[in-house]
Amino acid sequence: MFDKILIANRGEIACRVIESARALGVKTVAVYSDADAASRHVAMADEAVHIGGPAPADSYLRGNAIIDVAKATGAQGIHPGYGFLSENPDFVEAVEAAGLVFIGPTAKAIRAMGLKDAAKALMEKAGVPVVPGYHGEDQADAVLSEAADQIGYPVLIKAVAGGGGKGMRLVEAPGDFADALASARGEAKTAFGNPAVLVEKFVEKPRHIEVQVFGDGTRAVHLFERDCSLQRRHQKVIEEAPAPGMTQEMREAMGQAAVRAAEAIGYKGAGTVEFIVDGSNGLRPDGFWFMEMNTRLQVEHPVTEAITGVDLVEWQLRVASGEALPAAQEDLTITGHAFEARLYAEDVPAGFLPATGRLAHLAFPDGARADTGVRSGDVISPHYDPMIAKVITHGPTRDIALKRLSQALGQTQVAGTVTNLAFLGALAGHEGFAKGDVDTGLIGRDIDALARAPQTGGEDIAWAGMVALGLDAVPQGLGGFTLWDGLTRSVTLRHGADDLTLHITSKGAEHRIAVGEHEVIATYLNGWQLNGKAAPAFHRDGDDITLFTGYGHAFTRIDPLDRAADGGAGGNLIEAPMPGLVKSMLAAVGQQVTAGMRLAVLEAMKMEHALTAPRDGVVAEVLVADGAQVEAGAPLIRLEE
Amino acid sequence: MKLRSGAIASSEDFRRNRDGHLAALQVVQEAAEAAALGGGEKSRDRHLSRGKLLPRDRVAGLLDPGSPFLELGATAAHDMYGNAAPCAGIITGIGRVQGREVMVVCNDATVKGGTYYPMTVKKHLRAQEVAEENHLPCVYLVDSGGANLPNQDEVFPDRDHFGRIFYNQARMSAKGIPQIAVVMGSCTAGGAYVPAMSDVTIIVKEQGTIFLAGPPLVKAATGEVVSAEDLGGGDVHTRLSGVADYLAEDDAHALALARRAVGSLGFAPHVSHLQLQSPEEPAYDPDEIIGVVPADLRTPYDIREVIARMVDGSRFDEFKPRFGETLVTGFAHVMGMPVGIVANNGVLFSEAAQKGAHFVELCSQRRIPLVFLQNITGFMVGRKYENEGIARHGAKMVTAVASTNVPKITMLVGGSFGAGNYGMAGRAYSPRFLWTWPNSRISVMGGEQAAGVLATVKRDGIERTGGSWSAEEEADFKRPTIEMFERQSHPLYASARLWDDGVIDPRKSREVLALSLRAALNAPIEETRFGVFRM
Repeated sequence: MFDKILIANRGEIACRVIESARALGVKTVAVYSDADAASRHVAMADEAVHIGGPAPADSYLRGNAIIDVAKATGAQGIHPGYGFLSENPDFVEAVEAAGLVFIGPTAKAIRAMGLKDAAKALMEKAGVPVVPGYHGEDQADAVLSEAADQIGYPVLIKAVAGGGGKGMRLVEAPGDFADALASARGEAKTAFGNPAVLVEKFVEKPRHIEVQVFGDGTRAVHLFERDCSLQRRHQKVIEEAPAPGMTQEMREAMGQAAVRAAEAIGYKGAGTVEFIVDGSNGLRPDGFWFMEMNTRLQVEHPVTEAITGVDLVEWQLRVASGEALPAAQEDLTITGHAFEARLYAEDVPAGFLPATGRLAHLAFPDGARADTGVRSGDVISPHYDPMIAKVITHGPTRDIALKRLSQALGQTQVAGTVTNLAFLGALAGHEGFAKGDVDTGLIGRDIDALARAPQTGGEDIAWAGMVALGLDAVPQGLGGFTLWDGLTRSVTLRHGADDLTLHITSKGAEHRIAVGEHEVIATYLNGWQLNGKAAPAFHRDGDDITLFTGYGHAFTRIDPLDRAADGGAGGNLIEAPMPGLVKSMLAAVGQQVTAGMRLAVLEAMKMEHALTAPRDGVVAEVLVADGAQVEAGAPLIRLEE
Repeated sequence: MKLRSGAIASSEDFRRNRDGHLAALQVVQEAAEAAALGGGEKSRDRHLSRGKLLPRDRVAGLLDPGSPFLELGATAAHDMYGNAAPCAGIITGIGRVQGREVMVVCNDATVKGGTYYPMTVKKHLRAQEVAEENHLPCVYLVDSGGANLPNQDEVFPDRDHFGRIFYNQARMSAKGIPQIAVVMGSCTAGGAYVPAMSDVTIIVKEQGTIFLAGPPLVKAATGEVVSAEDLGGGDVHTRLSGVADYLAEDDAHALALARRAVGSLGFAPHVSHLQLQSPEEPAYDPDEIIGVVPADLRTPYDIREVIARMVDGSRFDEFKPRFGETLVTGFAHVMGMPVGIVANNGVLFSEAAQKGAHFVELCSQRRIPLVFLQNITGFMVGRKYENEGIARHGAKMVTAVASTNVPKITMLVGGSFGAGNYGMAGRAYSPRFLWTWPNSRISVMGGEQAAGVLATVKRDGIERTGGSWSAEEEADFKRPTIEMFERQSHPLYASARLWDDGVIDPRKSREVLALSLRAALNAPIEETRFGVFRM
């Protein structure tokens, strides 16, 4: 086993690797960019070395610099995590050339899987099913039509040069083939200037199922499958293991195919073989086809760990340090079911825009695994992927694991940035998903309902108002005391695009809160209750309040002090502040001016005084010219009303 | 030390007492609610339509959220001036701003434009007196047309009239008691001096005005035609005249600025020398007060039943319990603050008066605040008592009560008649606060007794000239006197005239005491030097 390794990554995966390394007694070296100097992975590692600027090209992609750090710190191996340098064969070679161990596959294996078409051909040769299709150069009608017959309907005709659906036709039955071919060719020619097409099996209700493999360079085992069908624009959102509806027969077929794929390239370490699966009529052993192989640890590896009890990072370190495969295929079993949801800082209703911000508060519930690279107070910077955490739950059945996921998402507390928590929660509660009826189109079909901003109830708004005023504390004996009727105070909260004004009438420890038409009564009984319901947890950061209910609702108190009444703002006249000489008149009638703009220079008491516009506006009149001697208070310029 | 209550909450007496108190309370509550509304609906609507906050909402916006508000004179001017000045057109009280207690004085422009009736002046001056005695910073939320002209003879010329407001401001400022004004409406004539005499003044843009003479008077005097805004608006006063210091966008902004100004006072409130304890609830529910105290003033009861429902843990270290038993004295804590309690438990005899003087001396020596629970028909009368010198003993108690420099808080829980009122720190003895219960009565003597005195004099006259006076005639003679005393001794009649600081719900006595004490502890307790005691 290594004594010390370097982790050439950041964020949650760097933290994840450090944890397993530490459990094995291996010391860790972190590297970091300027943006990550105070980040969690730096704090967790035994040593941390700065390697450059925030842009990945200036830091995490600087292979040679990282290798230098490894040598300088005495690290024997480099764990690449995922992304960055993890699938860069040149880096692997450089690491090895430096006499260090790359914790992952060989450069050759990475290269073999790097080119998709070559990889497919290689797999076909190894007996791994690939999506049936005709990619030949002979474009004769009869050849194409026969290929379609061979592949089996339905088929897709696609332009070879295509993209964006242009020159693509779905053909359900042989009788329609000729017409579809003609129109696809016509469109392809117009759009791309190349009428050549290919014919592929059309996979109805496609599902993304991948198999986790682990090799020692010659032999490989598989750690069963993961279903990653819940995707939005090819980005995985929620992953699970095992795949719903998976049969023993199909699992064996897929597992064996994946092991064949890994062994075909002499794979070493953790890898994933991705398949496209026809989900239209249940899972069938003849209904899966190789897509590609990812030669690294996947983001979603924790669901596999949850159902197998294997620590995949531990296996990576052990195999890389020369140990044999820690388990044989027959030793590996599935226990229960697991889900992983990817929590991102992103504005879902605005179209999933990546967001940034300081995480004023971050907390995860007990009973869920949260892999994260950030803590309360950390910043989600614009330089990297805005992932906050992966929330992983496990349960004896899929139903229980999913309910636990739902619960964990509901109890996850994030303040300081918008997140996709509500979207994940909606997805975890999706009826079709709950039934295991998944495919890669599910999110797209229901996106409107899933991405809708959650509604805020009157009680929540009322509570936010109390929090804004500091009325959330345990009521004190004399708090809010009045002899007769209570006093009414108002507070304005910004919530999304709305400004909400609340009127809070306090009578002792009881508050009556008017939220528009809504009236909420707040009483204290071992905690605040709003119309009898317990008040949700919250985080307050100055005027910013986040309620941890409905996946988080953010409010900002509008401070009346923020509205400065500018003494000059009401005036339209710019007057001479003292007697003096108008050195230069800069304003011209009709000129558009902005507050603070220099309009004239007055020379007085041996000093030059700039007279500036008190507000935005238009110059109505210029009352004096250059060289004029003026008295104090003399009007110089008038702005339009 | 822990008091034991003999009351039975399920008893018929308890229920009857409760009903009686609630009926009396209902009358006061209705008066308070009517006063809180201020002017009529039309004038409130007009006020709101100008973008102004209602005066009570201004007070709320000034105070810290969750702050208590101890209102003074909540039913002032009740049933006076044909009910034209609800709440005397001004709200006064103590609340917390930026964590420290301040006196708030807020004009109600919905009541005759916020003009000063005689009671308005009296209430304003009383608030200033409380602020000065207890070292409370003053925040004036000004929106007033100045003196109420039809009543000018009763608001302008005398010592305790309008001018005294500014005198007080100057004197308090000199003592280091901050004076802050927020001009949220007109500030005309004499009223202009409220902001001008303040340490810090905030004015609301295009709403607040300050001038010695308004546009109509200017026109009459000099013929000059000028708008209110150009004569003395916020822009003018913050930019040209310097009469005000901060310009606010609107009421809410102005109140926020005032809060900031209090936050900038920069000095900590006085730290009391008293050894404070953690507050503790009484062992007996304060809500039971209205069940244990008889609704009929003439029914005697043990005042310890009241004390048990006011003080922390119902614990009472009774002093001299076996001597002068009609006066109960002793030490206790109210919400953690130590107090000496002097409470009536019957008519005052010589021994009781001596004990009272002794106890007041004791508390003065230790600088412990005094709480007087008044339920007193007076000192005992008759030859025996006059001959033993009850006047001499009574004078000792009155001297002690008058001389002491410890804060005194008086609560009228029953009758307040005759010299008993003096010995028990009535209004003339400058208690820091004086509160009354709805069942209390105050007059120089009972109505029956007064009518009886007058009837006896009259009967003597009639009988001296050989005439005769039937019982019916005597009853007819006595009735108007009895009725007059009944009307004038009612707590609402008293409170309307600011003989006290307000009628309260007896169940809130503990909170009111605590808030009064807390306010009082803002000022250091001075050493006492007593006058000559007639031994």
